[in-house]
Amino acid sequence: MSSQYPGMIESALFSRDVIAEIQRAATEGIYDIRGWGAKRPLPHFDDLVFLGASMSRYPLEGYRERCDTRVTLGTRYAKKPLELKIPITIAGMSFGALSAQAKEALGRGASAVGTSTTTGDGGMTPEERAASSLLVYQVLPSRYGMDPDDLRRADAIEVVLGQGAKPGGGGMLLGQKINARVAGMRDLPPNIDQRSACRHPDWTGPDDLEIKIRELREITDWEKPVYVKIGASRSYYDTALAVKAGADVIVLDGMQGGTAATQNVFIEHVGIPTLPALRQAVEALTELDMHRKVQLIVSGGIRTGADVAKALAMGADAVSIGVAALIALGDNSPALDEEYRKLGSRAGCYDDWQAGRDPAGITTQDETLASRLDPELGGRRLANYLRTLNMETQIIARACGKSHVHNLEPEDLAALTIEAAAMAGVPLAGTQWIPGRDGRF
Amino acid sequence: MNAVASETRIMDLRQISVRELNQALHDLREEGAPTRWQVRNAAGEHALAVGINAPCTVEINGHVGYYCAGMNKYAELTIHGNAGTGLAENMMSGRVTLKGNASQSAGATGRGGLLVIEGDAAARCGISMKGIDIVVRGSVGHLSAFMAQRGRLVVCGDAGPALGDSLYEAQLFVRGQAADLGADCIEKEMRTEHLEALGALLDQAGINLPARAFRRYGSARTLYHFNIDHADTY
Repeated sequence: MSSQYPGMIESALFSRDVIAEIQRAATEGIYDIRGWGAKRPLPHFDDLVFLGASMSRYPLEGYRERCDTRVTLGTRYAKKPLELKIPITIAGMSFGALSAQAKEALGRGASAVGTSTTTGDGGMTPEERAASSLLVYQVLPSRYGMDPDDLRRADAIEVVLGQGAKPGGGGMLLGQKINARVAGMRDLPPNIDQRSACRHPDWTGPDDLEIKIRELREITDWEKPVYVKIGASRSYYDTALAVKAGADVIVLDGMQGGTAATQNVFIEHVGIPTLPALRQAVEALTELDMHRKVQLIVSGGIRTGADVAKALAMGADAVSIGVAALIALGDNSPALDEEYRKLGSRAGCYDDWQAGRDPAGITTQDETLASRLDPELGGRRLANYLRTLNMETQIIARACGKSHVHNLEPEDLAALTIEAAAMAGVPLAGTQWIPGRDGRF
Repeated sequence: MNAVASETRIMDLRQISVRELNQALHDLREEGAPTRWQVRNAAGEHALAVGINAPCTVEINGHVGYYCAGMNKYAELTIHGNAGTGLAENMMSGRVTLKGNASQSAGATGRGGLLVIEGDAAARCGISMKGIDIVVRGSVGHLSAFMAQRGRLVVCGDAGPALGDSLYEAQLFVRGQAADLGADCIEKEMRTEHLEALGALLDQAGINLPARAFRRYGSARTLYHFNIDHADTY
């Protein structure tokens, strides 16, 4: 009920947003497709706080005492693990969904701060490889652009089972984004809608995956770390099975994780939030005695150093950002508000990344629009943002008395809501109560 | 390992590991490396001769497991046995000849080269193929050439259900019966240029059959752009 119009009752169930969507569907006869991740309110890292140092915990001196942020990924089997200077990586995003300029900017920004970026569906571009000092090469169900030379050129390999925005779903890159270069890389005609498969073509299930991973290791002489990326749904079991299949690193993407183009109903209603997924993955790793031996990267809604620190405290080894990285490049900038309005949106709301008309030049293959993004400037902006995230993480870690960000632990956290306490497995603030633990609920 | 002929290197998998075999084949990138190889006692091992990146010939004796000759470039391999899942997956160039039968997903996502299967191939043969030519002397299982993008699949026997489902631009030729066609896959006219090209491909594969005995299938291209009116097709 609303008090906006006294005497008139607005339905909570059929809100004006719901009414608008029903009427849009009745007019157009098709579901809403958009980019970004889940937009509705969900239990998240905002529902956790750090306890900070106190009588029994000594803080470290800000700007003086060292708080290390280095991370090594792929220590289980790879001859050449990845050495990152910061625990924040750039998530896989395809050339095709993003412009070549955007991909180059991501590589430049990540390289400037000593971290990795990731390819996506559609293969590896030379610009991206040249701009990225550490590049993770994705092996996706579609295998668009899959090339053993690129496998050998990569620094790590990521077998993608799913994304947090759409666990169990494939993808569709609409024809308006398929120019000649994108089409050529994917071995398909230009201008047609391109379906990205939801299942891998040559393996099914964890036993097959184990053999597939062994093949990838053999092709690359066991040099590269092999990641397995899963969309958050049955995170406990998927993590355990990925360990069994031989993963060096598990990438876990919560439902807040972004996508270039997916049905809104899928984004908002399939999968689980990052918070419970992370806890389940850490539980599985711990029970298998693989925590810190198989590294865990978590993504889906990372925005600030506080989010990074909370993810690490819950047991992640690193985080990955996608949506936030695009925003750092200039996506949804208020300076573009007028242009977003011409597209029927506005700054802060623009999520038609599938449409290819992005005025920021990021989610487009239109040459004129794409040329608006200067990869050098974009790279500097991303590097600035990543440095900020890293410093924020260190500030919190020092306040908790940690000389390495990996020393953050669940004991440093408290939850502000019962839901977050249950999902994250940390006590409700001011209590010792973790709902669901010790048989109590 | 030892050499029985001056130019043939013998690799016995009872004596060396799969890792040692693949490393030796990868080291072919170095000048002066031997170009003829024989692998003995394959015994169903997985990931045999994967990721070769140099011109050479490899004979494998025995059945092979998953992904044999995966991502091959330049090399010519002959397997005297049957093959597990994903034979020559994502092959880029060269030639792979299988004397026996292939399990599912043979030639999956292959981008170039020629795969000849002298027996039958199971389900999803040529799934998501991207430029490879696949010639099967026998029959293929269901959903073969699913979402096939480029290249040619030639089936001298019969094709299982849902052939060419959601096909893009790959060309399919079947001599026997196609149980039924998948979404958007249709029979197309066999014109002179197709007969000539198919004849040349059969010759290359070493199969003595007339091209005119085959039917051609391809994409109706009705699914190239999402259309709500096609919802019943999906």
